[in-house]
Amino acid sequence: MSATEPAVHVDGLRKRYGDTAALDGFDLAVPPGTVHGLLGPNGAGKTTAVRILATLTRPDGGRARVAGLDVVAEARQVRARIGLVGQHAAVEEALSGRQNLELFGRLHHLDRATAGRRADELLDRFGLAGTGRKPVTGYSGGMRRRLDLAAGMITAPEVLFLDEPTTGLDPRGRAEVWDSVRTLVAGGATVLLTTQYLDEADQLADRISVLDAGRVIAEGTPEQLKTVAGPDRLDLVLRSAADLPAAAAIAARVAGAEPDVDPDTRRLGVPVADRVAALTEAVRALDTAGIRVEDIALRRPTLDEAFLQITRKVDA
Amino acid sequence: MMVWALTDSWTIARRDFARWARQPGPVLAALLFPVLVVLMFGYLFGGAIEVPGGGDYREYLMPGMFATAMLFGIETTMVAVSTDAARGVTDRFRSMPMAPSAVVAGRSLSDMVHSVFGLAVLLGCGLLIGWRAHGGLGATVLAVGLLLLLRFALLWVGIWLGLVVRGPESVVAVQILVWPVAFLANTFVPPETMPAGLGAIAEWNPLSATVAATRELFGNPGAGGDSWAATHALGLAIVWPVLILAVFVPLAVRRYRAA
Repeated sequence: MSATEPAVHVDGLRKRYGDTAALDGFDLAVPPGTVHGLLGPNGAGKTTAVRILATLTRPDGGRARVAGLDVVAEARQVRARIGLVGQHAAVEEALSGRQNLELFGRLHHLDRATAGRRADELLDRFGLAGTGRKPVTGYSGGMRRRLDLAAGMITAPEVLFLDEPTTGLDPRGRAEVWDSVRTLVAGGATVLLTTQYLDEADQLADRISVLDAGRVIAEGTPEQLKTVAGPDRLDLVLRSAADLPAAAAIAARVAGAEPDVDPDTRRLGVPVADRVAALTEAVRALDTAGIRVEDIALRRPTLDEAFLQITRKVDA
Repeated sequence: MMVWALTDSWTIARRDFARWARQPGPVLAALLFPVLVVLMFGYLFGGAIEVPGGGDYREYLMPGMFATAMLFGIETTMVAVSTDAARGVTDRFRSMPMAPSAVVAGRSLSDMVHSVFGLAVLLGCGLLIGWRAHGGLGATVLAVGLLLLLRFALLWVGIWLGLVVRGPESVVAVQILVWPVAFLANTFVPPETMPAGLGAIAEWNPLSATVAATRELFGNPGAGGDSWAATHALGLAIVWPVLILAVFVPLAVRRYRAA
């Protein structure tokens, strides 16, 4: 694998299941050592893409290379270089966390001593050292998923596939898994992550591909995708709804755009081009007009807003 | 490569052994259930069943029960295989650089160990209630071999079923369906006593071939009969499992690769 070749390189991948095209010309290039998010609603083709890249499913057309190797012609070599963490915790319930990791280590052809050492290392790294010898049955959802991540990391794979790693977890479990993924990335692995959660992609991914109906409809850094949703916004919450018309007039003058006004929450928002100038100008004008402000903030559009914008454009 | 395939199979099998050690409940239940059936038939129904050619019903019952226990093994295999598939364990194995045959081979190894234990328990139970192997050592060993051959063949049916069904819940359907297969045979009741059409099916049931052959080899009553199937029981007890293997091994392997 040359230094410039992407760790994951997909070109026009196609896969049909009966009448539905799960993937319909899917393209992707992930540079080594980065985290790439595949974002999309259920049925967008995320899992099919991961299954093909992890050599579990054969594509109908197109080409896919992982760690410089063809996933169909060189499937066996690909398997030696990847880790897969699927949507379920693929661990044996009755066994302890350590036994599970040892088992996967042995199946990666580590000798007994090395497998045991590696299991202890990983338990430690994923914050499971204290519970490593207890059966998985008693683990929380977050602990199971962390054990699952550890199992995917036995041989320090070059490319790690994470298929919806936090689906079904509570907020605490999600935070735990996010921490673990950051640990992996710090170790230099290339990660391809699928998720339906925009904040997850925002938190973890260097770049994001938005998938819809089996093809990429937008690609870029989280920041780039957010700019698709428009410029920054100035948000205001007033003490009194009676001041809304006057405040809206000020906002319109300062921003040069028509603000959205929501009387129920006494909130108004307006897109701004020059962030700081708009903010100081607005504060000064509101103060002069004697309008009492409960909250004022500049914010980037959320990835949710970007996602809605992108899918709306495609549907239009 | 070959060495790794064997080592990997052993590792996969050891995973089951470790689970049995941690959670012995389900394994013990699977071992003891056939004993319960023996007691039900031997002492509750048996008095009303007449053995063709005379003889003790419990001696007649045991070979039928041995083969039925081999049939029940399908459920064990199927639950294990479909649980692994549903939990993503199978996918993880398939994404690893191990021999593809090792997962199924490991499965068959642990299930065969399970069956050997099951058969040992049942043989002991038979001895306790008065069943005896009257044949020589060679005949007895051959009979046990035929039973395990049947289990090995059915194991592949179980692997295939486990990969085809949607999840371990589907095992309920199989749990129900094994009973007609077990009953529509010479296991508990002589086929001569059944309506003609059903009796013929029972004669040709692969289970019946193994039962008739083991009755003959153990020297238990009720062996033999006039039909072609009954007179060629020993041959059929080998041919049937081989046929089942010829059909279901490729099916299961293909299904595993494409899962």
